Amino acid sequence: MRAYVLQVTQATLALLLAPGLVGLIRWMKARLQNRRGAPMWQPYAELRKLFQKEVIVSSNASWVFRAAPFLVFSSTVAVTLLVPILAVPLPFDRVGDLLVVVYLLLLGTFFLALAGLDVGSPFGGMGASREMTVAALAEPAIALAIFALALSAGSTNLGQIVARTLAHPGTALSPGHLLAFGALFVVTLAETGRLPIDNPATHLELTMIHEAMVLEYSGRYLALIEWAAATKLLIFFSLLGNLFIPWGVAVALTPATVAIAVFSLLAKFIVLAGTVAVLETRIAKLRLFRVPELLSVSFLLGLLAVTSSFLLR
Amino acid sequence: MTPEHLLLAVVFSYGTGALAAIVVGGAVGRGLVAGCALLAALSGVMLGVICLGAEHAPTVSAPFLPLTSFSLRIDGLSAFFLILIGIVGAAVSVYGFGYSAAYEGRYSLRLLGAMLNILLLSLSVQVMADNALTFLVAWEAMSLSAYLMVLTEHDRPGTLRAAHWYIAITHASFAALVGMFLLLSAGDLTTSFSAMRSALLTPGVRNAAFVLALLGFGAKAGIVPLHVWLPMAHPVAPSHVSALMSGVVIKMGIYGLVRVTIDLLVGGPSWWGGLVLGIGTVSALLGVLYALMEHDLKRLLAFHSVENIGIIFIGLGAGLLFQSYGLMTLATLSVVGGLYHTLNHACFKGLLFLGAGSVLHATGTRNMEELGGLVKRMPRTAFFFLVGACAISALPPLNGFASEWLVFQALLGGSAIPQAEVALIMPIAVAMLALTSGLAAACFVKAFGITFLAIPRTPVAERAHESPVSMQAGMLTLAVACVALGLAPFVIVPLLESSLAGLNGFTATTVVFTPALPLQVPGTFGQMSAPLLAVGLAVLLTLVPLALRILGADQRLRVGDTWGCGRIGQTPRMQYTATAFAEPLRRIFAELYRPTRDLSIDFHPASKYFVQSIEYRSEIHPWFERVLYGGLVLVIRTTARWVRRLQGGSLHLYLLYMALAFLVLLTVARWWR
Repeated sequence: MRAYVLQVTQATLALLLAPGLVGLIRWMKARLQNRRGAPMWQPYAELRKLFQKEVIVSSNASWVFRAAPFLVFSSTVAVTLLVPILAVPLPFDRVGDLLVVVYLLLLGTFFLALAGLDVGSPFGGMGASREMTVAALAEPAIALAIFALALSAGSTNLGQIVARTLAHPGTALSPGHLLAFGALFVVTLAETGRLPIDNPATHLELTMIHEAMVLEYSGRYLALIEWAAATKLLIFFSLLGNLFIPWGVAVALTPATVAIAVFSLLAKFIVLAGTVAVLETRIAKLRLFRVPELLSVSFLLGLLAVTSSFLLR
Repeated sequence: MTPEHLLLAVVFSYGTGALAAIVVGGAVGRGLVAGCALLAALSGVMLGVICLGAEHAPTVSAPFLPLTSFSLRIDGLSAFFLILIGIVGAAVSVYGFGYSAAYEGRYSLRLLGAMLNILLLSLSVQVMADNALTFLVAWEAMSLSAYLMVLTEHDRPGTLRAAHWYIAITHASFAALVGMFLLLSAGDLTTSFSAMRSALLTPGVRNAAFVLALLGFGAKAGIVPLHVWLPMAHPVAPSHVSALMSGVVIKMGIYGLVRVTIDLLVGGPSWWGGLVLGIGTVSALLGVLYALMEHDLKRLLAFHSVENIGIIFIGLGAGLLFQSYGLMTLATLSVVGGLYHTLNHACFKGLLFLGAGSVLHATGTRNMEELGGLVKRMPRTAFFFLVGACAISALPPLNGFASEWLVFQALLGGSAIPQAEVALIMPIAVAMLALTSGLAAACFVKAFGITFLAIPRTPVAERAHESPVSMQAGMLTLAVACVALGLAPFVIVPLLESSLAGLNGFTATTVVFTPALPLQVPGTFGQMSAPLLAVGLAVLLTLVPLALRILGADQRLRVGDTWGCGRIGQTPRMQYTATAFAEPLRRIFAELYRPTRDLSIDFHPASKYFVQSIEYRSEIHPWFERVLYGGLVLVIRTTARWVRRLQGGSLHLYLLYMALAFLVLLTVARWWR
């Protein structure tokens, strides 16, 4: 019973923390760029505002446009129930493995892209086309990172990957793990629409990807999509933080271990958010047709990770 | 009912349907064709279900057949394919009733109805065949009846060419199969399959038989580079026939390959599996890449058949590879994954072709660039097509995901292969499979989004109407099958395992089920529970809107114009097109596509800064087809021209040829002894 409570707590915590994580990155970026920046809780205020506004739907749009925000949000919440954020192994660990996580996220992307096309605006189509291109090209790198992790852990189930690394701390520093981390980090940037693949801060530029796709959304629909996007970022950060550096994740479900888990999670998030903020301050956005090169680097990292895991078995 | 009764029901219903089609015309004829085919297909499903559960494969004698050397036997594998044929056959025959109404008075409905029944009959007989002769006769009947149905709309441009390609490649494959069976049976085609299993063959003969089987069955299945006929022939056939061809007929290549390589030859050296796996990977990737560039809805689906056959080949190839290393648990898992995907592809590809048929029926065009906005005009077709699109894109919790997950898990198990250099094939296959499924999702966003969403691009799309009830019923059947197959891997996988259990070395104890219904594979694999995943998603989908309402989110909704950068009055031309949607991928894979570009600009005579018109044309022709088949066609043409000289038109000359041929044959026969 306690495990189920923790499971729901974990998902709730993920949803509650997600906007703050986005706010944290924005704030850090602003400080790094010598701006004062909006406070960390700005995204919460934005969500609150959006939930109180009416929705405007294009007259061209069909039910797909109105269903997409709910599908995107629900599939993302479903993923927060599968990913080890605070503790392992949680009861839902057996419902889905890492492959399920990847394909559930693809489900959201799929419907968001359809919604982009549904309004008939060129922006929506452009965003949908680019989002699906990037999503498709990121797939092989994710698959290889999964393969590398599964090889050393003997399973694609997230709980077991974490448990295995905790039991054998040496594997965290094996070349396979390090290279897979690199691959997954690049994929994280691509999947969550960060620089250098997409610019989350831009609007009305022909270079935007995610923002172009959701341009027609407003009110509570936009709130759901923004919230889901923030949660997706948190999910990828949790994967990076907990699969590769699993220390702190609660194994025994006592209040003390859960408290440690929360604090270590926050520490990992701050480090990862700082990395992303520094990166986004230092580098410019890539041209769309240079993005495949970056993703193929990530693919190669994944391939090297698997190869080294094979050879060092 | 015993299997014998059901078998008779299958044969006689299809036979009656074929006869009725020829004798009775009009709506009654269409009804009889559909009714008989439906009855037979359902009997086929029941026959399959009975024989799948049976401990021993019942041997069914068929004394009513004229040739005594015909021999039928139903084992687990046959039963599985009977079910597959039955499900798609039932949906297609119901759909065909409404769809072929538009053909009344234009094309020969009698021929179409008769051939539909004969095709379904020959498919059913083929998977039950227990000797080479029965198999080959059914195979040829299948190929010829499909050929005649491809020719239905014979007066349309492209149909004849497509049919020629189809019949040429299908006969090349037939020749390869005859050769293969002659090798296996030491020259006697009536040798039963059980005798072939126990035959002791030299490695050279076995390898030759494998290569011939791969060529013959691969050409039928549509693997790269033998797939050229597939994107030509499938689109020009009537849509329910396309569904049958893509859903079932090409699966006979899969059936044949499993039957011959895994059952009759009992596996082989590791290069067999490696080759099948490699071909599968290449087919999957090239299939989806070419599908992305297609704007013809049915051609796009045909290219996706190449892709999915590739995925099935990946499963079978991995199975053969594991079998050669004696890793039978993994081999079972891989082959089960491949066969599961075979059934799933039959359902969702059948569904998608039926959906495309409804679009064609309503608008008269297959060109996606002329469509759009159909989701409001034909909502049910749109919904069914969306189910199919999600299933083929492997989105959970639909069936495409369940089988791709199994194939992924099997490939991840490749680390168990002791030779590291062989095992390294697996991660590459995993990456390519992942890329394929990502690109497939992109392609179906395009296919569904451009065809069904936003504003109609032409008046024909504007005037589109929902299809008749019978067509909707056909689509509904397959859509339900897609959902059910996705939710119930815990039922399907053990059934598939038991269907393989008759084959040498395949075990039925791979997958373990815990009470929470996840699929769990002992050893190195993960777990997944499709039903719980679906329940979770459903609960969340109801909770989220409810929570929004309770927590006081604003519920107002206003309908307005799409934002057009301040411009008022949106036209369909402002929308993204299918070409534009695929443009980033076309640029990224430009090396592969090698598109031809043709840009001509008309300037104003007074100044070149005023453009009067711009014409841009860009086409993609698969270059390797030109390279591979260009030479072949040239050689065949030259030979044919040379051979033609023999035909002088003189009767005396022909008599001389016959006498000479007879003499030569007699001499050869004498010398052979």
